Amino acid sequence: MPLPIGDTVGILADNLRIRKSVLPVPDKSASAWARGLGLTRGGETILYTGRMYQLIPYIEALNKVQEKIEDSWIADFVKVGRVINRFINVAGLLAVPSRNMQESCGRILVNIARLLRRAGVEFGYLYEEDLYSGALVYDLGVDDVLEAHARRVMDVFKKYRVKKVITVDPHTTHMLRSVYPNLIKGYDLQVKSYLEVLVERDLKPRKELRLEAVVHDSCLYARQENVLQEQRTLLDKAGIDLREPVDSGKFTFCCGGPAESLFPRKAKENAKKRVDQIKKVSFRAVTMCPICLVNLQKAAGGEIQVEDISSYLVQAYCGG
Amino acid sequence: MALVNPDFVEEVKRSGRFDASACMNCGVCSAVCPMGIELLPRKLFRYVLLGVKDRVLENVETIYSCLLCRLCEVNCPAQVHIAENVRFLRCYMNKKVFKI
Ligand code: SF4
Ligand code: SF4
Repeated sequence: MPLPIGDTVGILADNLRIRKSVLPVPDKSASAWARGLGLTRGGETILYTGRMYQLIPYIEALNKVQEKIEDSWIADFVKVGRVINRFINVAGLLAVPSRNMQESCGRILVNIARLLRRAGVEFGYLYEEDLYSGALVYDLGVDDVLEAHARRVMDVFKKYRVKKVITVDPHTTHMLRSVYPNLIKGYDLQVKSYLEVLVERDLKPRKELRLEAVVHDSCLYARQENVLQEQRTLLDKAGIDLREPVDSGKFTFCCGGPAESLFPRKAKENAKKRVDQIKKVSFRAVTMCPICLVNLQKAAGGEIQVEDISSYLVQAYCGG
Repeated sequence: MALVNPDFVEEVKRSGRFDASACMNCGVCSAVCPMGIELLPRKLFRYVLLGVKDRVLENVETIYSCLLCRLCEVNCPAQVHIAENVRFLRCYMNKKVFKI
């Protein structure tokens, strides 16, 4: 039997309500990537990660369990799980993240911080108060829980008198730029993706990369947030010969990731279709969303190389 | 037999959040959907507008399988806000069926 929808959605929403995150990312490990970078706490302009990259290793670990449960008799126990979860963090017991993956997700955030510094941007970070944006709960349609959480996030921004927010992934960008303004009265934050900020600053590369790659656009950047040219401009200037898959730009093909929390098998099938499209054009794909990254990597099974855009940008613009 | 439920129609109307009345049933959305969802939005949205609540409830899996990727939406000639309507249906299910 498939995973029980109501109970799974319930667990994720309860987690956001009780524990401020859909899955348990301990504050210390969520901000560990920034250790040693000397970023100031808070400030008028901040780099807001929304914990998306940090969540990926936990989503990954939980999905392995879910894939096993899906279509097995154990799926029924998710019902019981929801009740227990109110008292004990069930996902916390099941989702044991891989250290390797935690390190590589942390490295992406370090890359982004380095790129912004190289562009001369002054920014702070909220460390353990850099909360999750609530993106998954928004998608799943648990609007009351989302609204209460959005107010929590805004209170932290207010506490540090934040005016400008630089985001690192499409889901968080979309939440802060297009969803929160409808939830929060008098919302006046200026929100930009780091890709937009880098282009604005007209950053010049230090090294030419001389390789070819396919851009895999994120649905939210491409269709919602109009971040379409920035990634191409930056990669092009970095010396990358850009290829486009059959569905690209505004008509990009979803990686399947958003279905993962409820239907892991369907998510994988969709990701495989996208990998096939990419394979026809190049063996190297560039993503700009942690969900696309992990989904395509999993579906590719090594057939193509999938990497986050920041890894290439840091090589070209920071010289490695 | 599917029954029309006037209360359901009222409830949906009152929310002010569901609007698929511009849909012309052309099928573009189904043709491009990466998940191969045939039902969304052509039939399912129509069930909602007609108030055939049972049919809507029978299709919970479809409602939650949508990626909200909006590939259908950018291709829709009638500019139906497909993703927002799907989110509305999820909110409805969460509250009324799953009691979340
Ligand atoms: S593409 Fe638009 S108009 Fe055509 S069936 Fe789908 S929702 Fe209706
Ligand atoms: S938004 Fe949903 S229905 Fe539309 S193409 Fe994407 S998965 Fe299919």
